[in-house]
Amino acid sequence: MNTRPNFSRAHARVIAWFGTLALLVASATGCSDGSSSDKPTALAAHGMNASGTVEAELTDAPNVPPPITRRNAAHVTVKLEVKEVVKRLADGVDYTFWTFGGSVPGKFIRIREGDEVEFHLRNHPDNKMPHNIDLHAVTGPGGGAASSFTAPGHDSQFSFKALNRGLYVYHCATAPVGMHIANGMYGLILVEPAEGMPKVDREYYVMQGDFYTKGKNGEPGLQPFDMEKAVREQPDYVVFNGAVGSITGDNALKAKVGESVRLYVGNGGPNLVSSFHIIGEIFDKVHVEGGSLTNDNVQTTLIPSGGSSIVEFRCDAPGTLILVDHSIFRTFNKGSLGMIKVEGADEKLVYSGKQSDVVYQPEGAAIQSVDGEAPVQAPAASRAERLQRGERVYKNVCAACHQQGGQGIPGAFPPLAGSDFLNADKTRAIKVVSNGLEGRIVVNGQEYNSQMPSLSLSDEDVANALTYVFGQWGNAGHEVKAAEVASVRGKH
Amino acid sequence: MRIRARVGRSPIGGPAPTVVRLALYVLLACTAAAGGVGAVHAGATNTAAATPAAGPDRVAIEGGLYRPLYRQPVKGANRDTVLRRIVSVTVAPFELDRRPVTNAQYLEFVRTHPEWRRSRVSRLYADASYLRHWHGDLELGEQAPPQSPVVHVSWFAARAYAAAHGGRLPTVAEWELVAAADETRKDATRDPAYLARLREWYSRPATRVLPSVGAGARNAWGVEDLHALVWEWTLDFNSALVSGESRGDASLERSLYCGAGASNAADFADYAAFMRFAFRASLEADFTTGQLGFRTARSLPVAGGKP
Repeated sequence: MNTRPNFSRAHARVIAWFGTLALLVASATGCSDGSSSDKPTALAAHGMNASGTVEAELTDAPNVPPPITRRNAAHVTVKLEVKEVVKRLADGVDYTFWTFGGSVPGKFIRIREGDEVEFHLRNHPDNKMPHNIDLHAVTGPGGGAASSFTAPGHDSQFSFKALNRGLYVYHCATAPVGMHIANGMYGLILVEPAEGMPKVDREYYVMQGDFYTKGKNGEPGLQPFDMEKAVREQPDYVVFNGAVGSITGDNALKAKVGESVRLYVGNGGPNLVSSFHIIGEIFDKVHVEGGSLTNDNVQTTLIPSGGSSIVEFRCDAPGTLILVDHSIFRTFNKGSLGMIKVEGADEKLVYSGKQSDVVYQPEGAAIQSVDGEAPVQAPAASRAERLQRGERVYKNVCAACHQQGGQGIPGAFPPLAGSDFLNADKTRAIKVVSNGLEGRIVVNGQEYNSQMPSLSLSDEDVANALTYVFGQWGNAGHEVKAAEVASVRGKH
Repeated sequence: MRIRARVGRSPIGGPAPTVVRLALYVLLACTAAAGGVGAVHAGATNTAAATPAAGPDRVAIEGGLYRPLYRQPVKGANRDTVLRRIVSVTVAPFELDRRPVTNAQYLEFVRTHPEWRRSRVSRLYADASYLRHWHGDLELGEQAPPQSPVVHVSWFAARAYAAAHGGRLPTVAEWELVAAADETRKDATRDPAYLARLREWYSRPATRVLPSVGAGARNAWGVEDLHALVWEWTLDFNSALVSGESRGDASLERSLYCGAGASNAADFADYAAFMRFAFRASLEADFTTGQLGFRTARSLPVAGGKP
């Protein structure tokens, strides 16, 4: 075993230094050949030669820095600070996030095609971990990962030229990389085309991520990362912008009717691919995978882990649009839900709202009749048999509303157990079950204004069900026979 | 002594020109390479008291086999092929401090070794945040309770301390061998529950004021606080990047990043080990951070073994 301390980096520095020196000498002596002199000319033609120095404005989600108005590429300084912070993942649930800039997702970086970026990665002194950054917008080994590997309390610098336009994910790539990403170390960097982006009224930044906690979804307290769940790719949380509810309610994104909206949507993963969809909107235009290919009139766009999408749409009608991962259990059970509140006057032609709500009573609703001759049931021979058959009918047909114990549901379905309305009038009860009932009634002092459909039961089934109901829960105990049902129906 | 003298006269205490700094690094490297471990130190602090007031509380470790996290390049049957294998390392018997070095212990050290006081340390040996949580050169203050592990110390400083206490820093293999133990087993690293416990420490945010040493349980070797308190310097902390196999070196630096970080790993489940290796790899010998301390070790003769 070699216990000798190693100074390879010091050597590397010396080599790098000599290399720089050699380059300086070469440029000072006016070294030029065909290939190297062509390129700057081509670059200049597109405003790609960097001139001037600016510091990039960085924003936290859901905000996006303003569009770039420079006609030329520039030297852009980006200063990004890594912070390990405890923040809310869901109500009552905290998590130790590792962040680019203090929250998840990381700061939005906006640069222009051709920009020469001087990138500073600062690892806050209070952090526990070393970190680095792999920007998918960087052409070069590791996307900057090796050059930006930074111990706590240090600041690394590297530079790159933004050669390709598009919307790119950046993330930490320090081993174990999955854990660094799972803890929230991702964000977006937009490389605007040289000619700029078409103007829109609103731009927002939304990024999806999956989280793996030791406790299951909703278990309160500070939850540590669960490696086994991450390896099995079974997250407890799938969220937009770092927490359940980060863009819902008061935090919802806002727009007005008639405005155009552009969303820069990323997916940090680490595992799941997003089926990004907005309920109540159609994407007029999608930059597929954040690249130059556009697709029109898209309902749901796939965003890979470590990938992005730019979606654009015009808000044509007021209301709340719902952002979801249409792999829909993630939305209902794991948190991937966001909102855009669109304000403005109704556009009835685009969307009317509810125009009417009437009772729908198809023929033969409760029990479908089958073709051919239905088997005819022999009448019940005794009250006991009637009770037994009645129980079966009750459980199949009646219990859905009146509940297994006849208690009903307050405000919606009246109780049958101990019901004054039921017990007061046997004939009325037969009528109700045979023909249905609509309108206001009072049961045990409580008012119900609802509707019970006509159930298309046979006389025998009505008789059995009612005998069962009358025989339960302290009710009057009447026995109802098929003939009585027939005679009530006859009067009808 | 030559190096020290040179450092003393150079403008390195301030923002030293990179060239000067580099030259010194190279000199240092050459000295270390030529003289082996301790050469730099012998030159730097041989004026130090050879015998400390109270002997360090060290635990004898009988040694054993350490299975590195990363596969090592091994020459194949065909000379041109290089295979990557898990090569276990035999760790010889040694002694290891029971606990990390505390602020109080380090304060004693800087009292007797003024060149390691905050105001006097050379920027070549410790960066600007060296002992920055202390109140002053010889005052701890509320950020640095006496019984908490000392942090914000560089590798050079830790090594000088160890030498002043008749020892050295443990190697990665030695440290990892002892750190593989839980309370009852000397190697608990195959137990997912144990690994999950370690990860929970890494999942907790750092605290600015560290707790006292010795608060945790003693492991099966009788050593404490290897996990869940601070990271610790090792003698060959940056050796994961260099194998000695020149053809492999160019790509090795990336072995710790992203997907490549896993391709050479011997154990994909030991995330805590990945984090330790990543942490070590992010360091240089003059770095100091608020979560990085150290403990010392000493070689023991192999009982009845070969010379």
